[in-house]
Amino acid sequence: MANLTRVIRNFYRDSVSLMQLSARIAKMPGVTQASAVMATENNLALLREAGLLDRAAAAGPNDLLVALAGESEEALAAAAAAGEAMLTENAARARGGAGEIREPPRSLEMALKELPAANLALISTPGEYAAAEALKALKLGLNVMLFSDNVALADEVMLKRYAARHDLLVMGPDCGTAIIGGIPLGFANVVRRGGIGVVAASGTGLQQVTCLIDRHGMGISQAIGTGGHDLHAEVGGITMQQGIAALAADPATKVIVLISKPPAPAVAEAVLASARRAGKPVVVNFLGADPATLAGANLTAAKTLEDAADAAVALARGEARVVQAEVSSATAAPPPPLPSQRFIRALYSGGTFCYEASLLLGEVLAPVFSNTPVGAARELEDVWRSRAHTLVDLGDDLFTRGRPHPMIDQRLRNERLLKEAADPEVAVVLLDVVLGYGSHPDPAGEIAPVVREALKEAAKGGRKLAVVGFVCGTAGDPQGLARQEEALRNAGMELSTSNAQAVRLAARIVGAADAAGALGDTPRSAKRLLP
Amino acid sequence: MSLFDSKLSVVNVGLGSFAEAIAAAGGEVTALAWAPPAEGDRAAGLELGRLVNEPRVEAANRIAFAAYREAQPVLEGIGLARELVPRMGGRTILHAGPPIAWERMCGPMQGAVVGAILFEGWARDAGGAERLAASGEIAFAPCHHHGAVGPMAGVISPSMPVWAVRERATGGLAFSNLNEGLGKALRFGAQGREVIERLRWMAKTLRPTLAAGLALLGPLELKPIMAQALHMGDEVHNRNAAATALLLKQLVPALLGSKVGRRQVAATVAFIAGNDHFFLNLSMAACKAMLDAARGVADSSMVTAMARNGVEFGIQLSAFGGRWFTAPAPLVEGLFFPGYSVADAAPDLGDSAITETAGLGGFAMAAAPAIVKFVGGAPADAVANTRAMEHITLGRNEAFTLPALDFAGTPAGIDARKVVDTGLRPVINTGIAHRRAGIGQIGAGITHAPLGCFTAAVTALAEAVAAE
Repeated sequence: MANLTRVIRNFYRDSVSLMQLSARIAKMPGVTQASAVMATENNLALLREAGLLDRAAAAGPNDLLVALAGESEEALAAAAAAGEAMLTENAARARGGAGEIREPPRSLEMALKELPAANLALISTPGEYAAAEALKALKLGLNVMLFSDNVALADEVMLKRYAARHDLLVMGPDCGTAIIGGIPLGFANVVRRGGIGVVAASGTGLQQVTCLIDRHGMGISQAIGTGGHDLHAEVGGITMQQGIAALAADPATKVIVLISKPPAPAVAEAVLASARRAGKPVVVNFLGADPATLAGANLTAAKTLEDAADAAVALARGEARVVQAEVSSATAAPPPPLPSQRFIRALYSGGTFCYEASLLLGEVLAPVFSNTPVGAARELEDVWRSRAHTLVDLGDDLFTRGRPHPMIDQRLRNERLLKEAADPEVAVVLLDVVLGYGSHPDPAGEIAPVVREALKEAAKGGRKLAVVGFVCGTAGDPQGLARQEEALRNAGMELSTSNAQAVRLAARIVGAADAAGALGDTPRSAKRLLP
Repeated sequence: MSLFDSKLSVVNVGLGSFAEAIAAAGGEVTALAWAPPAEGDRAAGLELGRLVNEPRVEAANRIAFAAYREAQPVLEGIGLARELVPRMGGRTILHAGPPIAWERMCGPMQGAVVGAILFEGWARDAGGAERLAASGEIAFAPCHHHGAVGPMAGVISPSMPVWAVRERATGGLAFSNLNEGLGKALRFGAQGREVIERLRWMAKTLRPTLAAGLALLGPLELKPIMAQALHMGDEVHNRNAAATALLLKQLVPALLGSKVGRRQVAATVAFIAGNDHFFLNLSMAACKAMLDAARGVADSSMVTAMARNGVEFGIQLSAFGGRWFTAPAPLVEGLFFPGYSVADAAPDLGDSAITETAGLGGFAMAAAPAIVKFVGGAPADAVANTRAMEHITLGRNEAFTLPALDFAGTPAGIDARKVVDTGLRPVINTGIAHRRAGIGQIGAGITHAPLGCFTAAVTALAEAVAAE
C-alpha cells in the first residue's frame, strides 16, 4: 500500500466539483481511495480519520489537496498527475481558447457589472464564508437564497433583520429549494406556473407540495424557502412573515401554503397572525402540530404534505371538496408477507419525508426507531444497523460527511437497501425518489437494478418483500416523472403518488392497526380538511 | 416584494451545477469564479462584507478619488535634500518602504545606507559606515514619512539632490532623488568609488545645471509628459524611454539658453540621454503628489501608497494617513541577466510601486506591450493585466489614456475592499536587485502585491467605520 498527497496552492473548486474529481481519480488503475478537498481544518481532520493523511499537511483553506491511497507510488503519481490535468483542462475551457482573455467575475460586485439587472444571489459556498457573501449581496441590493448550511444563528438574525429593513428577502441559510418567477433554484422541480404560493421551512416539503400541485394540473406563483431555522425563537420567522406578506400582495397568488415543523409557540402565533392578515386562503401544514392551534377564518389546517397540496388545489379551484390525486396508491395490493416479516425499513433521502413518516408510523406502530426521531419514534443508536421498524434519513450530516447527498448519489442507499432486503424480518423497504434540478440525472436507473436484485434475493429465501416508494417530481423535470416511475415499476417497486400514501401502504402491508385513524380513510372527506 | 415584479436574474456564488440548472430552465444567471476571500480568513471576510457598498465608504472614496484625479503635479525645482525635504537635518537617512531597523534591512538597502554614509563623509570606509549604521546614531525613516519616494533601496541622505514636485490644488510638495542610471548604482546597494563619485557629480554638477534649466522653463507640468509617454510605449514605471526623451526635449533648449557652461550642459545632456530610466524618479514624485492629495479622507478605502523595503510590503489607506499595513515582500517573477536566477534575487523592493498606486506602471501595461517580454507574455497579456486592474480600482484616470483600450483612461485608485473581495492583487512592474549589497540589478519582471496587507487594512477600516 502507498499513500500520496499533493497540494495545489490557491486553487479553489466547489465541493461538488471536487467530489466528481475524487470519483474520477478513484476509478484510475492502482488507486483504492482518492479524495480531493479544499484543505480546511475540517477536511484535513476527515482525511486523517480516514487514514488518508499520515502527517500534518502544510496547506490552507484556499489550497486544493489531493490525498490518494493505492497499490504503488507510481500508480498514485500517475493518478495525481491525471487529476491535476483534469483541473487545468477545466480552467483552460473557462478561458475560452485564443484571443482576448475574459476573466470570469470573482466577486458579487464584478458580477453586477455584467448583469446589472440581477436581483438574487444564490449562495452555496462552504458555510463559514456564506454569511459574508450574503451580507455583500444584501448591501448591493440583491435578494438572497442561502443554500449553505452551518451559518451561525446570530449571523442569520443579522442578515434577516438587515434584509427586512431594506425590503429584501433572505431565503435560508440551509434553504435547499425555491421557485421564483418560474425558475427552479437549488434542488427544485419544474412545475407549472399558477396561482398557489408556497412558503416552506423545509426543502423536500416544498418539493412534495409543489410537485403534487403540478400533478393536479395546477401551478405555482412563487415558492419561497425560509431555511430550517427561520421559525426558531431567535429568528422569529422573519422570512416566513415576509414571504406571507409578499404573497399576500402578489396579484398572481390566490392561495398560500405554509409548510414547517411546528414553530416555537410565540413564532407560530406571529406567523399565524401574518397569515390571518393575508386576505387570501392560507393552508397551514405545521407537521405534527395540533390542528386546533391553527384556527382562523381564512386558515385551513393540513396534517400531511399531501393534504396541504390537496387543500390548496381545492381552494384555488374554488371547490368545496378536496380532490384526490389522479393516481391512487398501489392499485394492486401486494401479497401479504410471511409471518416472520414484520418490519418496515424506510431509507429516505429527504429529511422532511422521514419526519412525516416518523409521525405517521409512530401513531400506528411500535417500536419505531429513527436517526432523526420525532413523535413516538425512538433514537436509533447505531445508525448503520436497523432494528424493528426503522426510518433512516440518509441526508443527515452523519451520512453526508465527506460524501455526496443521497439525492445526488444513490450508492450508500443502494447498499443499505440490499442489507435490509436480506433481513428475514423485513416486510417492506420504503424509499423516496426525488427528481428535479440538482438531483441525480437518472435516479431510477441507479435504483431499479438494485430493487430487482433485492426482490430476487428475498424470493430466494422464500420471502415476499415489498419495495414501496414514491417519486417526487413532475413531467417537466429533466428526469421525466413518467420515465422514472415506469423504470421503478418495471423493477417491481410499488409506487404511490406521495410520501403519505406510500407510508400508509407500507403500514397496511405490515398490518398496522389504525385505531386512531392516523393512516386516513380513503377517500377522505373535505369536511376534515376544510372549515 | 420587488423580487416578484421583475424578471429573475441570478448571480450564482458557489456550486457551479446550480448555475447550469438555472440556465437549462431558461433563467438568467451569471456564475462567479468564487474562492474564499481574504485567503480564507473567515472573520476578515465578514468585516469586508460590512464594508461592501457601505454609503460612508463610497462617499469618502468619491472625495479621495476626485482629489487624486484632479491633482496637478508640476516640477518646481531641484535642490539638496537637507534644504527642501522637511526634517532632514543631522544624520537622517531615508529608505524605501515601511519602517525597518538597520539589522532587518535587506542586503541592497544596507549597501545603499553604507554608500550614503560614505557619500556624506560620516565614515571613512564601509566597515566604519556599518558600525555607524548599527550604532543608533543614524535616524532611519521611510521616504514616505518625509513626503518623498525613492526607487529600489530608496536611500536619500541630506546632501543628495532631490526633485521637488508641487501639487497645485493642495499646494503639497513631493520629493524624489535623481536617477543614477543602470549598472552599479546606490539604489541596488552598490557603494564602490564610482558610485560615490557619481553621486558627488550629481550633487555638484547635475543639480545646478538642471536648476538653471528649470529656472528658465518655469514650473513644468508632469501629467502631460506622462500622458504622452503612455502613447509612446511607456508605462512610466519600468519603461521610461519615451518620457525621458520628452523631458530632454524640453530641457535641452532651456539648458542651451542658460548661462551654464557648454561642457557642463553637454555632460548633463549625455547623462540623461544615457539613461532610459531618468524620468522614473519624476514619475514617482508626480504619482506621490497626486496620491498625497487623496490622503486623510476618513472612511476611504482608497490605497494612497504601496511601498516595499525588501523585507515587507506595506500599504497605506486614505482613511488612515501614514499608518502602514504590511505583509512579507514577495519575490519577483521575471527575466534575469545572464548568470543570475531567482535564487540570487532580493524580495520586492522600492517605493516605485507608487506608480501602480496611481494607475500607472503595471496598471497601464496595455500602453507598454514591450514590458510583457519580461515574463514571456504576449501583448494580449499586457492588455489583460490592465483589464484585471479595472476590477480593483475606483475609476479611470482620463488624463492617462490607453490607445490599446480605445483610449480609455487607466484604471486607478486601488480600493482595498475590492482587492480582498476578488483576490485580484495589484500587478507591479519592477526591477530585481541582487540579494547581496553592491552587485546591483540582476533582472526585471512582474510581481503582485501580497493580499495580507490589504486584508489587514480592510479589517482596520471595518473597525473604524463601526466605531464611528
